[in-house]
Amino acid sequence: MSESRNSERRPDPPGEVGDAPVNTTEAPVLEAPVTPPNTPTDKKVVRIGDRIFRSLATGSGVFVVTIIAAIGLFLLIRAIPALQANEANFLLSGKWETGDPDDLAFGIVDLAWITVASSIFALVLAMPVAGGIALFLTQYAPRVLARPFGYIVDLLAAVPSVIYGLWGALVLAPVIKPVAVWLNTNLGWIPVFGDGNVPADSGSNVFTAGIVLAVMILPIITGVAREVFARTPNAQIEGALALGATKWEVVRTTVWPFGRSGFVGGSMLGLGRALGETVALTVILSYTYEGPHYSIFDAGATFASRIALGSAEFNNNLTVGAYIAAGLVLFISTFAVNALARWIESSSGKGKE
Amino acid sequence: MRTDTADIERPAKTPAFQQLSPGRKAKNHIATTLFALAFVVAVIPLLWVLFTLVRRGLSPMLNADWWTHSFYGLLPNDFGGGIYHALVGTLEQTFVCALISVPLGVSVGIFLIEYGRNSRLARTTTFMVDILSGLPSIVAGLFIYALWITTFGLDRSGFAVSLSLVLLMLPVVVRVTETMLMIVPDELREASYALGVPKWKTIVKVVLPTSLSGILTGIILGLARVMGETAPLLILVGYSRAINFNLFDGPMASLPLTVYTARKTSTEAGEYRMWGAALTLVLLIMLINLIATLLSKLFAVKTK
Amino acid sequence: MAKRLDIENLNLYYNKFHAVQDVTLQVHARSVTAFIGPSGCGKSTVLRSLNRMHEVVPGSRVEGKVLLDGENVYAPGVDPVQVRRTIGMVFQKANPFPTMSIKDNVVAGLKLAGEKDKKKLDEITERSLRGANLWEEVKDRLNKPGGGLSGGQQQRLCIARATAVQPDVLLMDEPCSALDPISTLAIEDLIAELKKDYTIVIVTHNMQQAARVSDQTAFFNLPAVGEPGQLVEIGETGKIFSNPSQKATEDYISGRFG
Repeated sequence: MSESRNSERRPDPPGEVGDAPVNTTEAPVLEAPVTPPNTPTDKKVVRIGDRIFRSLATGSGVFVVTIIAAIGLFLLIRAIPALQANEANFLLSGKWETGDPDDLAFGIVDLAWITVASSIFALVLAMPVAGGIALFLTQYAPRVLARPFGYIVDLLAAVPSVIYGLWGALVLAPVIKPVAVWLNTNLGWIPVFGDGNVPADSGSNVFTAGIVLAVMILPIITGVAREVFARTPNAQIEGALALGATKWEVVRTTVWPFGRSGFVGGSMLGLGRALGETVALTVILSYTYEGPHYSIFDAGATFASRIALGSAEFNNNLTVGAYIAAGLVLFISTFAVNALARWIESSSGKGKE
Repeated sequence: MRTDTADIERPAKTPAFQQLSPGRKAKNHIATTLFALAFVVAVIPLLWVLFTLVRRGLSPMLNADWWTHSFYGLLPNDFGGGIYHALVGTLEQTFVCALISVPLGVSVGIFLIEYGRNSRLARTTTFMVDILSGLPSIVAGLFIYALWITTFGLDRSGFAVSLSLVLLMLPVVVRVTETMLMIVPDELREASYALGVPKWKTIVKVVLPTSLSGILTGIILGLARVMGETAPLLILVGYSRAINFNLFDGPMASLPLTVYTARKTSTEAGEYRMWGAALTLVLLIMLINLIATLLSKLFAVKTK
Repeated sequence: MAKRLDIENLNLYYNKFHAVQDVTLQVHARSVTAFIGPSGCGKSTVLRSLNRMHEVVPGSRVEGKVLLDGENVYAPGVDPVQVRRTIGMVFQKANPFPTMSIKDNVVAGLKLAGEKDKKKLDEITERSLRGANLWEEVKDRLNKPGGGLSGGQQQRLCIARATAVQPDVLLMDEPCSALDPISTLAIEDLIAELKKDYTIVIVTHNMQQAARVSDQTAFFNLPAVGEPGQLVEIGETGKIFSNPSQKATEDYISGRFG
């Protein structure tokens, strides 16, 4: 009978009341005219050790749920008075004047631009590279090398973001300055490459930040993409090979279509990470009071780096509330992007396997 | 090979295999080159970062004082001093984070796999853990600030940092526990039940030991990641150039915070210290990664 | 040691699915009872219900009685943990605990129940391994992991583990289905020896095996797809195989279906 059991089952506790009530009632059977009274199921034996252990495990689940819900509530409670005292339009203003609690004026539109611009630029750079690496590691690299090579890419994720920030601001920015200047002079007619609110050769702009962010999210996208590409059914690959397809044709006709949506999901995860990245951007981006020119040579602050920079003025609840309001917007956007990523990934698995 | 007469009329030398058109060949080569190149592109920044760190950070570290002294009393232009105060802070904050997040996260993992199944509470918990897993670290810092400092009215401290790290660490622990418990075959649980072993003992003595290696590795790797976090520190604790062992009182240094703060001292000596602290942090993280690898080998299920 | 089992009007369910209908049979002490029948007929489910392993599956339900020397294992107040300590089980796939040595595997049931006396544990290890015809093969490597043994040795290790807690009844769920013929023979010889001390119930797909090892045979069948499995007949093994009283049994045994 084992074949009829649900393969996803988990063994139940011995003697737990749990979800598997065991009826000890007599079945009404012809040969047994005298049916004994039904025995109540709640008189089951539960060992004290089991009860304690189960309560501990369940309790920690409840605890985590409660604590997170409570924190969410606290954040809202802190943000609302600041939003009420706000003299600017929170969604449409580019101002960020929070030093004086009696005269708050803050809006997120500039923060949103810098955040989105640097993250999208990072994504544009990282996606093709990550896809290439994932294909290389799963389909091309010799088996013995695939693991150490994969480990090397994962090492990129082990470097702390403050160090990426230093490297980006002090080492990378001077080196890529000519590229930035060239793009600005020759392709400046395309709006995003136009003049920013700081000179293109300053280095402390979205251009540098995006490249550094791309490096930081590379291992995330690669990790997910490697996993989905490696799951391509062997039968499909062999089928293509048997038709005389070249390696590239195999990849194009089987591996890529199979893993595409997983790859996009992984990229969304990377985007979520990029949106919330703080310290690298705090170090790289220079702060300017001039509004953005909607170019990748803009400087300024993202949601996250604005909060980090503002930590020095966390001295009254209204000011903090303003930052918390920005934090909530960041939180909601990363949550939405991550949820989208999970949805894409989970729906990609269903149709194809 | 067929040997009937039809073969005679064919050209004397047919190629044994069909030729690949040059276009297909070229495309295949281009694709192979591009994919290999992508890997190289990823390796460049890694080597570049590591090279920069070693070149600029190694010399402060070779000084014996580096491991035993703090930055206390140093003027912006003074060379010397050590990273001891920051090491103390990082290790204490990470340790306390582990002390809270590991038992909590492992129990949540056990709850989800062994007890909760598809109950509503389990689904809610999974949802909350999902929220945490995508949480930007600066927001984790704000969370704790809203709770610990504005609501409870407590001071900024190393312990507040530990709490924010718990928020970042918890989803890692829960996920890795879940994954590792999931791959323990049900046959082992059943074998244990069939011997008359209660469920909780089965979990503690059979299921957890089987998955110990994986859980331990995942946790340590997560700790290494959390150790480099800087953003919540900016909000939750002041920087101190002196040694402070007390997590609950006063400003406290840590390696990432030292790197960040030393950058503001724009002197040669300040930069010297900054790169030294940065290399120390990366070495510490690598050391912990190495320990994780060793432990996973040590605790792996043996068959010989 | 060695008790009788009486199954009375047993009905087994997985959620709404009625898996086994109305089974009544007796298992005699110190004998081997074989359950045979086509796949999906419920014979393993019945076996698992005897030591309350059936309820480990979420959504499962039991109606009826399983009496061990007259005492219902499903009576309220009976601890399933104790039932399982009295009625041991060997599974289809050998499942030694991978983190434990051979010795620790054998005495796992005792150790986990809190037995600490080292001398006693050593004695039981040797006795159980000898009882499982495994002692000579592993006595020099008792502290090596159990996962390093061959499939047949692992299965005998599992039998040693099940007998180490000194149960009254031993349930075996297709214990040889994953083994080669030589290991199968070793297990069958072992069953013949074990029945001197234990009441044994064995589920098998292999009719020759049932004929070789059992004293009485129960034939289960599935009347139709989607209907619950039923006990068709039970009787002395010789009689079931040579002169069954039901046509379904005869058809199955002569290989006309299943």
